Amino acid sequence: MLINNSKIDRRTFVKGLVISSLVATSLLDAKESTPIIDSSSHLYGTVFSLVIGKTAVNLTGTPAVATTVNGQISGPTLHFNEGDTVTINVYNDLEVDSSIHWHGLILPPAMDGVPEISFEGIKPKESFTYTIALRQSGTYWYHSHSGFQEQSGVYGAIVIHPKEREPFTYDRDYVVTLSDWSDEKPESIYRKLKLMGDYYNFNQRTVGDFFSEVKENGLVNAFNSRKMWNEMSMSDRDLSDVTGYTYTYLMNGNNPATQFKALFRRGEKIRLRFINSSAMTFFDVRIPNLKMTIVSADGNNVHPVMVDEFRIGVAETYDVIVEPQNNEAYAIFAQSLDRSGYALGSLTTNPANLATAPAMDALPILSHTDMGMKMGGMQMNKGDKMDMQSDKKMAKNIPMKKKIPITPLPEARGVQTTMRAMNPQYRLNDPGVGLRNNGRKVLSYADLKSLDGVVDTTYPDREIILRLTGNMERYMWSINGIKYSDAEPLQFHYGERLRITYINDTMMNHPMHLHGMWSDLETGENQLVRKHTVIVQPGSKISMQVTVDAKGEWAYHCHLLYHMGGMFRKVVVS
Amino acid sequence: MKKLLNITLIILTLSAFSYASMSDDPLFSKVTIDELEYQDNDEQNIAWDSNLWIGYDLDKIYLYSEGEKPKNGTTESENQLVYSRAIAPYWDLQFGVGYDKTEEDSQTWGVVALQGLAPYFFETRGALLFGNGNIGLRLETEYEALLTQKLILSPSISADLYSKDNLSMGLGKGLSNITAGARLRYEIQREFAPYVGLEWSKNFGNTADISPLDEGYAVAGLRVWF
Repeated sequence: MLINNSKIDRRTFVKGLVISSLVATSLLDAKESTPIIDSSSHLYGTVFSLVIGKTAVNLTGTPAVATTVNGQISGPTLHFNEGDTVTINVYNDLEVDSSIHWHGLILPPAMDGVPEISFEGIKPKESFTYTIALRQSGTYWYHSHSGFQEQSGVYGAIVIHPKEREPFTYDRDYVVTLSDWSDEKPESIYRKLKLMGDYYNFNQRTVGDFFSEVKENGLVNAFNSRKMWNEMSMSDRDLSDVTGYTYTYLMNGNNPATQFKALFRRGEKIRLRFINSSAMTFFDVRIPNLKMTIVSADGNNVHPVMVDEFRIGVAETYDVIVEPQNNEAYAIFAQSLDRSGYALGSLTTNPANLATAPAMDALPILSHTDMGMKMGGMQMNKGDKMDMQSDKKMAKNIPMKKKIPITPLPEARGVQTTMRAMNPQYRLNDPGVGLRNNGRKVLSYADLKSLDGVVDTTYPDREIILRLTGNMERYMWSINGIKYSDAEPLQFHYGERLRITYINDTMMNHPMHLHGMWSDLETGENQLVRKHTVIVQPGSKISMQVTVDAKGEWAYHCHLLYHMGGMFRKVVVS
Repeated sequence: MKKLLNITLIILTLSAFSYASMSDDPLFSKVTIDELEYQDNDEQNIAWDSNLWIGYDLDKIYLYSEGEKPKNGTTESENQLVYSRAIAPYWDLQFGVGYDKTEEDSQTWGVVALQGLAPYFFETRGALLFGNGNIGLRLETEYEALLTQKLILSPSISADLYSKDNLSMGLGKGLSNITAGARLRYEIQREFAPYVGLEWSKNFGNTADISPLDEGYAVAGLRVWF
């Protein structure tokens, strides 16, 4: 099963390009022996061997070179058992440093796989052996934490099978990895973003949009509703930095034409483990004509909640259970937040019978809410109004029994930041831009609650506030207006219960990921959900609590790959 | 022009190294030929307006060059080499030198400029020039109206003012010239867009006495960046 491509030299590699383009024409027949695209590759046991290398792929009709784990996109799914100690030997067959980070796993700092923080990284043609005692169960994933290798394919799923019986049952179990692939080199994508922040945005406002607003609301109103955006030089169409213009969205390494196929028999309960392994893409996931019961978020079981649709941020995972009643092909449909494309798979009783994708939803338009402005009397775009009643409920801060002392952090205003959320609100009931009042039941964070006894309920000792800041025009990202290379590490005290409040001073969702410790997200009054990645919506505020129980140095960052360089902190627990 | 080419080559070579490092703020460079066009006026000019920069998020070196070559005449150009420092989210402050060349003469300037994105999305640059006891002010602004995602109408206006006459450079005291234009481009790619447009250029005051100019003409050209 393991494909060792460590011996591939440059010449055979070039030959491989030719072979793979032949292979790719028959993607539908991809077998286990196919050196690329093997969405069904699973590894079991306590000792694992992974090879990070270059692989010729064809995911778009054009041959390209990917960086892969064991020659596959996605990499093999690793099956662990809770309570086991696993040993994973990772060989780096690239010409540059590499690494594997085990996203969401609680482990010693030296095993966390972040170059310059956890370890030196894995040098070319060298190996590193990770040893991890598994103290948790659920759906997680792994990816490279070096350069932009995650964009070009170094990621895969982790399934940790629990010791105890799970509080739900199912007949079949599928991993559904979502990702964004580009034939462009990630370095080229980053350069284009630096040279022109909206390079990939082909859904910008046009003169025609303005004239239709004039027609609808009159010139003065149309002009006034544009006023704030114009004065601040901000765009209400600034949804995703990188779009379907260059991305092909993948489901378990399959593009929408080849489709990932999950087979079932009528009447079966199917568990789908959704993992967003994208570099930059948020997906809105639904299976038309099927209700999904969310049973787990970021690997932790939650009170089951039935939805039609959910948004999955970069690096988040959701486990859902579906019970299809008909012998038809159901579309597993994951449209990108900016509606520039989708990943597609079929849940079907017959692999020859594939689903067709539904039409994508209308382009979401950012509102004043997403800018962190006051809600009252604000004119909002049609179809983008929020449920005002629930909003009122959530508008206030989540009541804390007593005041928590805030430790002030250094903050800079100026070139690094173009916007400040003047009135950021908790928007836990808000499913997010483009999903509000769409006629479907859409998951929001307010729906998530960990099963009893999972989350520490110790009252926080202190609080820090992290403002997520950026300058889209110059494509710079930072925390509290200070980018990583200019920032002091964050000091966490071993043994404390720390509350962290995020305020998003940008127009973009940021998936914030703290390594080494759980992020217990406040999703309502006396309601916490245990996560590893927290979406902070544009212009909003959100709080989480952390039991600081892991000494050492940890990474803490926005999981959007091209934001990470600046929107990053080292955390020191001592 | 040769010098310009040399500097361009050096800068591009330097920036090729930037791909190696993967920091949040690597060294990048960008060449923008905003206008390279034929002007259907009496002089039948080939005209250009271009800049290149090399640098980081906050610190860059800019080289600007604009000018025209009449069908039967010598090239006239205005060039600046400046250090550019980001001082506000949308604004850069620049210091450097300028070099103007006309048929008869040339002049060097000291330059202080402000460049950035003004509210309502106006790309704007204002440069103060000091040289030979003269002070010049050159202002320009440009707007981009998206008719579609790829068809873009770009009106622009520029004005030049000077504190005293300089006959050999063809500059007159006071408001010297206003040039207004509108160019309609089609972005085949972001980096590559042919365009057509109209432009009107008029000299005023003493400048008009030295060289009278008041003409409107069509233009056609290419906008390229890389």
